[in-house]
Amino acid sequence: MASETKEAASHAADAAASAPGMPQLDFSNWGNQIFWLVITLVVIYFILSRIALPRIASVLSERQGTITNDLAMAEELKLKAQEAEAAYQQALTDARAEANKIVADARAEIQADLDVATAKAEAEISAKSAESEKKIAEIREGAMEAVTEVAKDAAKEIVSALGQKADARSVTAAVNARLKG
Amino acid sequence: MATEAQGAEEGGLVFHPMDQFIVKPLFGGENIGLFTPTNVTLWMALAVVAIFALLVLGTRGRAMVPSRAQSVAELAYGFVYKMVEDVAGKDAVGFFPYIMTLFMFIVSANFLGLIPMSFTTTSHFAVTVVLALAVFLTVTVVGFVKNGTKFLALFWVSSAPLPLRPILAIIELISYFVRPVSHSIRLAGNVMAGHAVIKVFAGFAAISVISPVSVLAITAMYGLEILVAFIQAYVFTILTCVYLKDALHPAH
Repeated sequence: MASETKEAASHAADAAASAPGMPQLDFSNWGNQIFWLVITLVVIYFILSRIALPRIASVLSERQGTITNDLAMAEELKLKAQEAEAAYQQALTDARAEANKIVADARAEIQADLDVATAKAEAEISAKSAESEKKIAEIREGAMEAVTEVAKDAAKEIVSALGQKADARSVTAAVNARLKG
Repeated sequence: MATEAQGAEEGGLVFHPMDQFIVKPLFGGENIGLFTPTNVTLWMALAVVAIFALLVLGTRGRAMVPSRAQSVAELAYGFVYKMVEDVAGKDAVGFFPYIMTLFMFIVSANFLGLIPMSFTTTSHFAVTVVLALAVFLTVTVVGFVKNGTKFLALFWVSSAPLPLRPILAIIELISYFVRPVSHSIRLAGNVMAGHAVIKVFAGFAAISVISPVSVLAITAMYGLEILVAFIQAYVFTILTCVYLKDALHPAH
């Protein structure tokens, strides 16, 4: 066991001897590392400066532009919407005023028509009633005369029926006097 | 190899916490020449693939409403862009692709390194020193090109009392040149330490009594390492931005 451990230790010592304690300080391969490093850096530099960075920059600025544009457009649309709303309100107010005006006009017109019709009707009614009164008066007149006539005739007949000779003139006078009374 | 097998047989403790950082040729052989494809090559290539998948394939829809991958790509873009703009200033956005390259490479390498059995390229000083020196040189050159000799005002603290200024200038100068050192060691050190600690806990798991604790510790460390992987990339990037700000506006 002990000898094996010792052997392992000696192997380790061999390994340590073959490679220096810090491989970083083995200057024999620095040239190689620096050579590959320079190539790597140059390749990375060209990949970045020729392809990657311009592309990412353009994507970022494009996105920034799009966002700015969208915001501006949204602002514009908002203004438009506000304008449209104002116009709508204006139209609504106008329409309401117009409607009120039309209602008032119609009312005035109807009132005027109504007044004319009423006046006409009243005139007609008064004309008709005057005519009727006249007719009634005529009828009454006619009736009076007929009554007088009938009364005279009746009186003459009555007088003759009583066997008396009727004097037409006195009968008329008597009837007239009676009618007046 | 033999050691590991023996270690497992014996149930003894065999620690190789640093073996995970060994650079190996990808297709056999022993010698690593300048152009030999190694595990470094493989994992750097995978980092490139990951970045390509996220930032190019993920955004190929160019969608107005992003997909998940596109959201992450846009998030990464916005994160780094805002950092550059806020920390380094508006006139530094020209350096954005450069800084984004650093950030994407470090963050991808860090996260790929968290895959078990993987190789962490950012745990190597060779890598981080190059990254930090690149930043250091860029910042210094930019500072002198943009400001000329006025860039030296960075070291001349005009708000301090006059006798103190030369002393402060020396301190500022030293701290300026220490920047790439701390910048690189901070990243590699953090990443390497975390990975090594996980490996050490994994070594303890060979003892059956300790193994539950060990597994718990590995889990906790792994969670911490996920945090560290992002934070170190963030720290490296934001320090780059701070240095860049100094270069563009050197006055205190």
